[in-house]
Amino acid sequence: MEKQYIELYKAHHQLIKQNSAAIINRSRDAAFAKFESMGFPSTKHENYRYTDLKPMFSLDYGLNFRRLNFPVNPYQTFQCDVPEIYSYQFFVVNDSFYPPKKKHNGSLPEGVIICGLKEASEKYPELVTQYYGKLTAPQNDALITFNEAFAQDGFFMYVPENVHMDKPVQLVNIMRSDVDLLANSRNLIIIEKGAKAQLLVCDHAMDDVNFVANRVSEVFVGENAVYENYKLENTHNKTANLSTVLIDQKESSDTLTNLITLNNGISRNNIEVEMNGEKCEAELCGMMVGGGQQQIDNHTTIKHNKPNCHSNELFKYVLDDVSKGAFTGRIFVEKDAQQTWAYQLNRNILLSKKAKVRTRPQLEIYADDVKCSHGATTGQIDEQALFYMRTRGISLPEARLLLMYAFAADVIENIRIPSLANRMKMLVEKRLRGELGMHEGCTLCMH
Amino acid sequence: MLEIKNLHVSIDGKEILKGLSLTVKPGETHAIMGPNGSGKSTLASTIVGNPAFEVTSGSITFEGKNLLEKDPEERANEGIFLSFQYPVEIPGVSMVNFMRTAINEQRKYRKLPPMSASDFLRFMREKKALVDMDNKLTNRSVNEGFSGGEKKKNEIFQMAMLEPKLAILDETDSGLDIDALRIVANGVNKLKTPEKSTILITHYQRLLEYIVPDYVHVLHDGKIVKSGTKELALELETKGYDWLK
Amino acid sequence: MSDAIIHEVTQSEYKYGFTTDIETEVIPPGLNEDVVRLISTKKNEPEWMLEFRLKAFRQWQKMKMPDWTHLNIPEIDYQSISYYAAPQKKSISSLDEVDPEILATFEKLGIPLEEQKILSGIAVDAVMDSVSVKTTFKETLAEKGIIFCSFSEAVQEHPDLVKKFLGTVVPACDNFFAALNSAVFSDGSFVYIPKGVRCPMELSTYFRINTQNTGQFERTLIVADDESYVSYLEGCTAPQRDENQLHAAVVEIIAMKHAEVKYSTVQNWYPGDKEGNGGVYNFVTKRGICKGESSHISWTQVETGSAITWKYPSCILMGDNSTAEFYSVAVTNHFQQADTGTKMIHLGKNTSSRIISKGISAGLSQNSYRGLVKVGANAENARNFSQCDSMLLGDKCGAHTFPYMEINNESAIVEHEATTSKISEDQIFYCNQRGISTEDAIGLIVNGYAKEVMDKLPMEFAVEAQKLLQISLEGSVG
Repeated sequence: MEKQYIELYKAHHQLIKQNSAAIINRSRDAAFAKFESMGFPSTKHENYRYTDLKPMFSLDYGLNFRRLNFPVNPYQTFQCDVPEIYSYQFFVVNDSFYPPKKKHNGSLPEGVIICGLKEASEKYPELVTQYYGKLTAPQNDALITFNEAFAQDGFFMYVPENVHMDKPVQLVNIMRSDVDLLANSRNLIIIEKGAKAQLLVCDHAMDDVNFVANRVSEVFVGENAVYENYKLENTHNKTANLSTVLIDQKESSDTLTNLITLNNGISRNNIEVEMNGEKCEAELCGMMVGGGQQQIDNHTTIKHNKPNCHSNELFKYVLDDVSKGAFTGRIFVEKDAQQTWAYQLNRNILLSKKAKVRTRPQLEIYADDVKCSHGATTGQIDEQALFYMRTRGISLPEARLLLMYAFAADVIENIRIPSLANRMKMLVEKRLRGELGMHEGCTLCMH
Repeated sequence: MLEIKNLHVSIDGKEILKGLSLTVKPGETHAIMGPNGSGKSTLASTIVGNPAFEVTSGSITFEGKNLLEKDPEERANEGIFLSFQYPVEIPGVSMVNFMRTAINEQRKYRKLPPMSASDFLRFMREKKALVDMDNKLTNRSVNEGFSGGEKKKNEIFQMAMLEPKLAILDETDSGLDIDALRIVANGVNKLKTPEKSTILITHYQRLLEYIVPDYVHVLHDGKIVKSGTKELALELETKGYDWLK
Repeated sequence: MSDAIIHEVTQSEYKYGFTTDIETEVIPPGLNEDVVRLISTKKNEPEWMLEFRLKAFRQWQKMKMPDWTHLNIPEIDYQSISYYAAPQKKSISSLDEVDPEILATFEKLGIPLEEQKILSGIAVDAVMDSVSVKTTFKETLAEKGIIFCSFSEAVQEHPDLVKKFLGTVVPACDNFFAALNSAVFSDGSFVYIPKGVRCPMELSTYFRINTQNTGQFERTLIVADDESYVSYLEGCTAPQRDENQLHAAVVEIIAMKHAEVKYSTVQNWYPGDKEGNGGVYNFVTKRGICKGESSHISWTQVETGSAITWKYPSCILMGDNSTAEFYSVAVTNHFQQADTGTKMIHLGKNTSSRIISKGISAGLSQNSYRGLVKVGANAENARNFSQCDSMLLGDKCGAHTFPYMEINNESAIVEHEATTSKISEDQIFYCNQRGISTEDAIGLIVNGYAKEVMDKLPMEFAVEAQKLLQISLEGSVG
């Protein structure tokens, strides 16, 4: 199954390189060699026990090596006219950065660069060289090496020292194609010392074909910097969204990663947060709503490499129909990382007989002065609470909904942008009511 | 209004109520007393339709309608309210959201349009004053982190909001100090109208000093073994329950 | 805490590290089909038993050591181990015929082999190296129809029972070590409790590796028929040797309708010295099946010994309303490594299981909990509660938790909690201020921490286990 990609690469690597930038090409062959020797992991592999990559990669997909433009104008398709989520808005169509309109965004704060990764590699080679591939290099994951071998473009964001972004940045990933499509986009995000930025990523699919999006993001967060990352997945059941996010935190930095999955085919989030300086804070949370045949697999690692860092992880799943959820939360405390606090909680509700959940909260601890705990529960809605509500005249379905909203509430409360939190709350509630369609375009902007 | 005939109820195969009959007419206040384990709370739970309790025979009608066919929420919307002995904590569901949903479900049942947000808030403010309910309590999740007294007060507040025809107070006095008891009892009395009925379930006579019943029934081993007026409660207070067995 | 204290107290030695000088028959090291046949012949086994062994051996040759553990297992040369060692004198009918040296050995270990030690109220099967040397109280038990004897004897005397149940819970080729055991196991214990019988005393097996370069591969099979009850204890020690010794046991438990089996282990194999030399490799497969409705299996283990432990006492909850428990304290010190936990497989309706695991790591050791809770698609109303706590004493050790939860039925309620902590200096100081030495304070605190599990041990074992816990940890102040 990996054979078709190996052959594809061998036949077209020149073409791939010609349509990308030198810096991105630099590690391409090595990444490919790594991929060629490893192939895709089977479900025997500990990290992929619950997500089978083989069937999703065995279709015959188109890959846009020539960087042809797809006929779509996201600025027309996605009119963002909700003032409360006023943001700098950018689009990546499949794996190509879509040229932004100046008037739409106004001007970015002094020194901030947001553009395509290919463009950034050409215009700011020193900056990109300094960071590109630094976090992926030590990794042995097939999705990462595959991405590095094939990726040609993606999203680039640079916030220089002490610059505080005045508005959130919104990145809308749109999958658009008339044939089955595989896209490998590559993102690089650099938040320098003392800077502050918020990124909201919305994943959507426009056409009724099979999509595989294999996205890899490297995120560098400097000393005292604050980075918030929100992701909303609302695509359709033929989309496989494979996302790897690697975050490197320096001293006293603070990151928040908040994932909300509503509609999708297969979701696989590979998130790794490494705290490489003292006094870092990291928050990682997710609300997953699964129905139909959805598969949702969050595979998270938090590495406490330095003392005095705190992490807090919370993932919640509501699974209906024949959907499958999986959660792996690995907390790793390095030898001298004393005074670590790491908390993790995974809670799941199964709504149907055929829904399944697999959870693996793991602690690996090599330091003794630490406070670490994890918990995982799987169950149903609290019967006693249901009965109490019914005695107050609330119907069974309504009582269930109220309790499900309550279940989702603490993940949403972690969103630090109030207007976004309200919107997410509304969307999650709509989704739980079964009223949220999959083809509604940018759900954050359209309603 | 409420007519219970020869009611037999089991939980986990064990019979708790063994042929209980009780009639409550509009405007009446009945006190049901009895030692622990006599079946008082089972009676309350059965009237409101707790699925854990199985009615093996007998009937309960409310305003002529067969209650046993109805879901707990239908019974509530018919106008039956239970003040729980142990109110459930529901983390994440705010009191405001909870009450608004309940009020609007009741209105839907009565084929009325939903209450507007501003009307609802005004209505809630009014009722809060009536039972002396603290603002900070209504801003929290349902019963979460409430003290025992606050939970009981919250039950009476909900009763004020939902305006039931029949209110059942299950051991509302337990765990309350004298001041809290007075506040709760005052609330109940203020809500009383000539059409509304009340069933007080209690272990002690104490509550009956504040809410005076028309009738007192003694429940023992799943049956009412003696009925009388409020004097019976006093007698029980001095003699205990043993003389009735 | 100062290193001086750590140093001082970690001096405590393994007190069971002596060897016994007895005549022993040992077959030459190496493993092939002929060795398997030789073991079978020596034990005068029927054909079906040999077939069982050969089938396992052929499969084993194709298998690989498990590599998914959080253990660093050195290469093991399976050809350098002797697979059979037995004290020379065989077929013992009374205590007088037991080699006095062996008696002295078990005496030294505090194991009551003499019938006059009736007060202790435990029936003991003592296994030295590969062979059962003496089973006590047999007659008393026989009156109730209880069979408690060495495995070899069971093969001879109760072949139908053995044939019916052997390998039904842990199939011969279940895993690498179980397959190895199935091929070469030499002895062990067999227990059968008939219908409706409550076993009046604790049954106990005591294992001792004595001979150099031998592996110990014992096999235990416990069958509790309808409405019966038995409590079974297992203890083990080994001499102090510089090289590693291999122990690969298999335990199978079958609980029929309304039967209850309690299995308690105090594992104290030689853990190796302070530099990490020597010690027993303890690779054990233990599994029970709650076959009948409302049956109950409970595993309790106190693991303080062995250089490397690989052990997951598990339960298959097949009968409706069956229940299972796993209580574990695992202590690692110096260079010890442990990867231990349980599997609870819920298949029947209304089944429930409970897991309490307390890991304590000290020195340079690595201690992992690994557990699986699986709820099958038809296992309505399954319940599980797991709590896996770790305590670290010192900053050079590791404590890890790897729980797996696979839920395939929506009516399940599965809860898992885990915490990691250390003994705080405040706690120690508080004890010191009350006149308690630091060492005693640690003993107190650790025993308090492990209390929930220790309480599950039968009285006779609890005291020993408590002492053991304290000894294994002495001086490992965090």
